[in-house]
Amino acid sequence: MSDISARSSPSPVMTRLRSVLASPSAHRYSTALSLGLIAPWLLLLVLGFVYPVAKLLAGSLFDPGFTLVHYQRIFEQPLYLKILWRTIQIAFAVTVAAFVLGYPIAYAMARLSGRWAIIVAACVLIPLWTSILVRSYAWIVLLQRNGLVNNLLTEIGVISEPLRLIYTEGAVIVAMTHVLLPFMILPVFSTVRSIPDELPKAALNLGAGRMTVFLKVILPLSLPGVFAGALITFILALGFYITPALVGGPSTLMMATLIGQQTTALLNWPFAGALSAVLLVVTLVLAVAFRRALAFSRGFHDVG
Amino acid sequence: MGNAPSASRLPLAAIAFTVIIGAILFFLMLPTLVVIPMSLGTANYIEFPPSGLTLRWYVEYLQDPEWVRATLFSLRVALATTLTATLIGTLAAIALVRGELPGKSFIQAMTLSPMVIPHIVIAVALFLVFAPLRLTGNFFGFLIAHTMLAVPYVVLTVSAALQRFDVTLELAALNCGANRVQAFLRVVLPNILPGVAAGGIFAFLTSFDEATVAFFISGIEGKTITRKMFEDIDFNLTPVIAAVSTVLVSASLILMAGVQLLQSRQAGKR
Repeated sequence: MSDISARSSPSPVMTRLRSVLASPSAHRYSTALSLGLIAPWLLLLVLGFVYPVAKLLAGSLFDPGFTLVHYQRIFEQPLYLKILWRTIQIAFAVTVAAFVLGYPIAYAMARLSGRWAIIVAACVLIPLWTSILVRSYAWIVLLQRNGLVNNLLTEIGVISEPLRLIYTEGAVIVAMTHVLLPFMILPVFSTVRSIPDELPKAALNLGAGRMTVFLKVILPLSLPGVFAGALITFILALGFYITPALVGGPSTLMMATLIGQQTTALLNWPFAGALSAVLLVVTLVLAVAFRRALAFSRGFHDVG
Repeated sequence: MGNAPSASRLPLAAIAFTVIIGAILFFLMLPTLVVIPMSLGTANYIEFPPSGLTLRWYVEYLQDPEWVRATLFSLRVALATTLTATLIGTLAAIALVRGELPGKSFIQAMTLSPMVIPHIVIAVALFLVFAPLRLTGNFFGFLIAHTMLAVPYVVLTVSAALQRFDVTLELAALNCGANRVQAFLRVVLPNILPGVAAGGIFAFLTSFDEATVAFFISGIEGKTITRKMFEDIDFNLTPVIAAVSTVLVSASLILMAGVQLLQSRQAGKR
């Protein structure tokens, strides 16, 4: 690589290079070639993604003629609205918990250096790379009736009877927060890291206390990252299947688990399609907001 | 924070902050750490700390034909997905970064959409389409589904590598008489190779760790290790699951360490 650039440095070659650069075709592949390169992916995307999802959603509207009866059922029966509302509540609780636990870690990761920075980063990345089934399994082991948490609490005498921890909403929120925490930490980390050191230093020099510097300088400047992290956490939490299915119980049924039940146990495809459409609309509305937040934080990077 | 002046000025706040950070890191690491001692415990139920050490659960895992079949099936699907997703994703990334494409931003949004759409919706939709075609519990059904899920990750990693690549190098090669294919194979590809390799590892992990779609399109014969784990966690909570978990954690850590290595090499190429 370096010898090529060395060879290209003499000036006659550079002038010829510049003339090649001026013609757009040399550093841009032609439309025909580009379409050929991306064709396999577009084919796979249509066959393996667009067509199946479209078929599922269309099935909710035609049964066999056009009908809205499946959507009516969602919005008329209190049970389904309750599940939708519970899904949004749990996703919101998980997002808040991920922010509260994730922000200090992201801040520490951005400000530490050397060996401690590596240790904190490893603690964030190792769970991220661990299979979601392994982590859900571990939470069952920790929270079950004769599990680690109950045993510890009984031994130190806090409780005399084991608490019912597993298959509750609390268990779902704890396990989902654990799974999604890295998705909050990483975007916050990158914005805190991009804040120039001079800004908090200047504020300190002008007499601000450490708390004031944090609240008035660091926190506002890291908000784009918080926003991006919160939205990705919320979106992922809305559609979570594995963890709530294993750690939760019948009283913590969420949208994803309900959709799964409709297809595997009840074979009610049109209704599963309608539930999927509702989940998709909520998710897509948030994804658009997420793109805006991303654009906003990118704009900030350019300024910084 | 950790540095000396702030510690002497605000010892209490600094100590409190360190304790909070330590507690959150403990929360993050706890589930991963709990699994390893459990896989080595002698009791045939969940016991912590274990009263004795044994490799019995690893032996049982390797001797159970169902676990072995699920593991081999997952490995076959993941290796095939790595090949197809890396090839398809790299070509797509080249078109998206360097090509003249009509409706490029729409194609970009569509490319990333499998990452945003809830996997439960994709899983149920694939089940609906695959079941009548007998593609459930089938190697090719999994290959289609997992390649579709893995390509966005390959496109993201390879695009990043392509954006770092200095186009003048390719122009120099063209100028020195190479044709497009030669310039690509001998100048562009070697430079973006760490990015392509990292994308390949992401594709492998996406397939091997994928649980939601695998849960719905698995069959009695064609069943992934994630589906087998889901069933066993739901029905009989034996320490064999802890042994399998430890194997999975070790495998992903080794692969991701490889990604880190490749990405630092790529960064060095700037």
